[in-house]
Amino acid sequence: MIEAPDLPIWAAIAVGFLVLLGASITLVGALGLLRLDNFYKRVHAPTLGTTLGTVCILVASMICFSTLHSRPMIHEILIAIFVTLTTPITLMLLVRAALYRDRSEGSKAVPDDGAGAIAFDDQ
Amino acid sequence: MSTLILALVITTAQIILALAMACGVFRMLCGPRAQDRVLGMDSLYVGGMLLLLTYGIQTGRTLFFEGALVIALLGFAGTVALAKFLMRGEVIE
Repeated sequence: MIEAPDLPIWAAIAVGFLVLLGASITLVGALGLLRLDNFYKRVHAPTLGTTLGTVCILVASMICFSTLHSRPMIHEILIAIFVTLTTPITLMLLVRAALYRDRSEGSKAVPDDGAGAIAFDDQ
Repeated sequence: MSTLILALVITTAQIILALAMACGVFRMLCGPRAQDRVLGMDSLYVGGMLLLLTYGIQTGRTLFFEGALVIALLGFAGTVALAKFLMRGEVIE
């Protein structure tokens, strides 16, 4: 369980700092998922983990593997591109579904943007 | 010495990521409505992907990277399918 690659000191410091930072940012986003009181507020919280948390851990992984194999290894950028492209799409689809459900029930929890009736006609 | 400290730091990061995943699981099990459950599942997928990446750093194997890529793909597909289901009541029309 407790093991780590044998990295030079500068790489070890960079990898440790970035991994810890990314994990902490992801935890802050997940705590927001627990604490915020409305779905439309909660949907913002996990994006902290999908953007900054993912990027920090991916950069740490790039530094680690580039140092271990002594050549640039940046295949982790695939995950970064994929997650950055797909997270807005999934969350927009989810919020549209939630808006549709709330409006069709006449719920008061829908945030008022001043154009609610027009947006409802579009559904 | 630096290897030991790095190992401790990575293990701490894994525990933190497991806590973040636990928050997602809580939202998935106790979410007041269906969209909260889907959001919790999406957060759980992201946490699992990051945890697998830290395992890859820990062991120095690139095998875990491919697993993380598969989890990212499946999380996207699953969340889109569930959002579509909540919107229309069916996934494929």
